[in-house]
Amino acid sequence: MKDLSLHILDIVQNSIRAEARTIKVEMASGTDGMLKMLISDDGKGMDEEQVNRVKDPFFTTRTTRKIGLGISLLTQKAEQSGGYLKIESAPGKGTEVNAVFEISHPDCPPLGDIPGCAWMLMASNPGLRMIFRLVSATEEYEWDSNEINEALGGLPLTEHDVKASIIEWFNADFCKFKEFND
Amino acid sequence: MTKVKTLADLKKLREDLQEKIRLRESGEHPESLVQVKVAMATCGIASGAKDVMTFFMEELEKRGIDAVVTQTGCMGYCYAEPTLEITLPGQSPLVFGYVNSRKADEIIEKYIKKGELVDGIIPVTYQSINDNQKEG
Repeated sequence: MKDLSLHILDIVQNSIRAEARTIKVEMASGTDGMLKMLISDDGKGMDEEQVNRVKDPFFTTRTTRKIGLGISLLTQKAEQSGGYLKIESAPGKGTEVNAVFEISHPDCPPLGDIPGCAWMLMASNPGLRMIFRLVSATEEYEWDSNEINEALGGLPLTEHDVKASIIEWFNADFCKFKEFND
Repeated sequence: MTKVKTLADLKKLREDLQEKIRLRESGEHPESLVQVKVAMATCGIASGAKDVMTFFMEELEKRGIDAVVTQTGCMGYCYAEPTLEITLPGQSPLVFGYVNSRKADEIIEKYIKKGELVDGIIPVTYQSINDNQKEG
């Protein structure tokens, strides 16, 4: 995966498979030089054995194949960037995937197209509530699909002018968040 | 076009656009829509499925084709990613492999619009004579 936006797309698929109705993606950076990426959901969760094994690329709940690389690849990216990945989950309590990266590390992956990723997840999963939050030391930006759909009143997110406007809005917030990290 | 920075701006945009756009009632008649499911597992995303999905979402809208484009998990064809499954109204689903923007354009123009088969179909729904005999 070339950047973190693709990892977000990947990990969110796990939440969707876990029958989550609300998925939150938060990217936070403060004065400690670390970027924290938290993906949390209210899906069916995992038991202790699954949590212990989920970083193993040869462990998967899928039946179409025998490997699961999503968490393994994200763990590798976090660890090679001077960070770590931690998962908290319990049956019926949802799951939190917390990946931390050292921003100044040469192997820290780029953020990628977070606005495009957010739009795509919202547009292609209309029954799901997606909340994206960007938090820096001085600012917070939130994009909530429920609020956006309510404001649109039935207009599809895929409509050309709607998509262009939303991406422009997200990009404006994202650029300010990135400025703090540069 | 209204510049959007807040939810209030989105509401204003909605007022501007509602006169031009027919609100889609796809939720009531999903069986009459073309359904496109893009496999977005790790293998698919790493192979470029995001760009393929974006292409379908934009181009189907632009070309006036009533369709629902959704993500799905791994279909098991990791060797042929990006893959997608297309179901035309009243027909069996077809799976296409090695899809890029150029192949996506061909799929839209030939298969979705005209029902013409194109190269790159993964024959998952193919039933041989032996399969039919076993079922019988």
